[in-house]
Amino acid sequence: MRSILTLSLLFSTIRLATPLVWAAIGGLYSERSGVINIALEGLMLAGAFTAAATTYYTHSPWAGLGSAMLAAAFFAFLLAIVCIRFKANEVVAGTGINILFLGLPAVLSGALFLSSGSTPQLPKDELLPEVAQLSVVSLLALLLVFVTQYVLYRTPFGLRLRSVGENPEAADAAGIRVNRLRYTGVVLSGVLAGIGGAYLSIGQSSLFTRNMTAGRGFIALAALIFGKWRPIQTMLACLLFGFADALTIQMQGVAKLPSGEDVPVQFIQMIPYVVTIVVLAGFIGHSRAPGALGVPYDKES
Amino acid sequence: MTRLRELLFPLIAVLCAFAVGALVVLFIGDSPIETYRLLLGSAFSWPDGIGYTLFFATPLIFTGLAVAVALRGGLLNIGAEGQLYIAAFATAWVGITLSNLPSALLIPLCCLAGIAAGAAWAAIPGILKARFGSHEVINTIMLNFIAVALVGYLTQYHYRTAGDPIMESAPISAAAHIPRLGQFVPGLPARIPLNAAFLLALLSCWLVYVLLWKTKWGYEIRATGQNPSAAEYGGVSIRKEIVLTMAISGALAGMVGINEVMGYRYRYYDGFSDNYGFTGIAVALLGRNHPVGVIAAALLFAVLQRGGVPVDAFTQLVSKDIVLILQALVILFVAAEAMFRRGRRGQGAGGRI
Repeated sequence: MRSILTLSLLFSTIRLATPLVWAAIGGLYSERSGVINIALEGLMLAGAFTAAATTYYTHSPWAGLGSAMLAAAFFAFLLAIVCIRFKANEVVAGTGINILFLGLPAVLSGALFLSSGSTPQLPKDELLPEVAQLSVVSLLALLLVFVTQYVLYRTPFGLRLRSVGENPEAADAAGIRVNRLRYTGVVLSGVLAGIGGAYLSIGQSSLFTRNMTAGRGFIALAALIFGKWRPIQTMLACLLFGFADALTIQMQGVAKLPSGEDVPVQFIQMIPYVVTIVVLAGFIGHSRAPGALGVPYDKES
Repeated sequence: MTRLRELLFPLIAVLCAFAVGALVVLFIGDSPIETYRLLLGSAFSWPDGIGYTLFFATPLIFTGLAVAVALRGGLLNIGAEGQLYIAAFATAWVGITLSNLPSALLIPLCCLAGIAAGAAWAAIPGILKARFGSHEVINTIMLNFIAVALVGYLTQYHYRTAGDPIMESAPISAAAHIPRLGQFVPGLPARIPLNAAFLLALLSCWLVYVLLWKTKWGYEIRATGQNPSAAEYGGVSIRKEIVLTMAISGALAGMVGINEVMGYRYRYYDGFSDNYGFTGIAVALLGRNHPVGVIAAALLFAVLQRGGVPVDAFTQLVSKDIVLILQALVILFVAAEAMFRRGRRGQGAGGRI
């Protein structure tokens, strides 16, 4: 009995960590290039809605996944234009994208499906396939982390991306096109966050519901900071936060405090956020952001 | 000329947002003209239109001011949402716990509790930034979630009336109710929840103006915002300014609780905020971080919020969520202001982490 519980806890940890990994690694590409990405939440919602709507019309989850990547990439590109070309405050612009995706899916699903913010339920055989009880998207997430680790530290692209995020002036002097790499970083973050969102709507569940990310974009951001902007540590942070989430679900109504009361789930839900604040303050090893994070690059200055 | 530009850019941003919004409406196959007529037209009828619009504007003035004061001090407070939840709960807590006190004591105490709680919650990221250099944006975002979980816990486990299926606290003492404006304004029925907090919001705008532009404190806040190293050279303690600015910002956000708890629902209602904290960002940006601009921008967003209801009811396909889209577009266009400046360089207001 005990081992079944543990195994199911492990599986549910992986399931719950999957969208976090995609979004957090997405955020990593953007932030390592020097652009703050507060918009992960909105980009995930973009992916989740597009995936569910496209799958509903085409009956193919792969078309859904592809369109989610495209849609989220498109809006990430918009964010990049606003931040890089027009030098908008990246946090403000990201907040704009997040609010946009509280509204846009609701308006579209109202018009397309005459609902108040959700897409129709999809049949089980039109969802992303599973291998050994885990979605292929979960398995690919693991691959993504190691590919990212390799790309970031072992390829010219990764070196350039990091240098643009750390010291754009020096990178520019070395002939690297700073802003082009930043566009690439932000758009990549859109593609990956879009996959994370698609997993929510056509993997973990079978429809899009209003604000279904419920703060996961921000937890992904927290994991990125906790993971010190490094791929493998970031994945571990996602797994930790996924575990906290899984524990919340399993404990509901089961675990009791010594006084006989339920353990308030709210305190477990706070864990990722408290941990992030503590880490950011440097209490458990300092987490240092890329040197030029949030600073628009201007050749002339 | 500068003053004209201050007016012109927000206006252009709003027009651009409305133009893109019209495209969205066209795309889903409805009429933008009809949508905008409903959206903007329903706010000006007397008494319901105007009464509700001013009621909706009240929390937005508070959060707009909160974000504006922080931005003037060089800080981005994304945490107004969390601050107003903590504050509203504190207001309700005093109104429930000290229910024996007479109005003359209880009303100021409830107000002070909310203001102090908002200030304290906002001071946390201020202290973290001043002491450890951790960025206020991330910390305020994290504290938003912690605040929501915390007040959710307190409501669910400690302050809910037994058997109440709704996540709300027990009612506050009647002595803590503040009057609705309908009691004084002829023709305004008391069912419209517009209350004394609206006057407090206007008063706060004036106070913020005086603070920022007429006092030494305000001068130091603005000096820190514009050029921290120069301010420090001039003898300003940056660390103190950071904490102070955040606390003032949080106090302003906390006043939302006065409107909500003491003037409207007379209890703490979990999840009451309709994104007020985030709309406050749009309000502050559109209002150019100036109290007068904040009032104007808050009124615009209140008009849209009021107009969302008829849009939902009377258009074929458009839902009231179009208001969120317009809000988001306003934020994006205001943020990308450099778009409208030909030959001028962007302000480069990117916040560092």
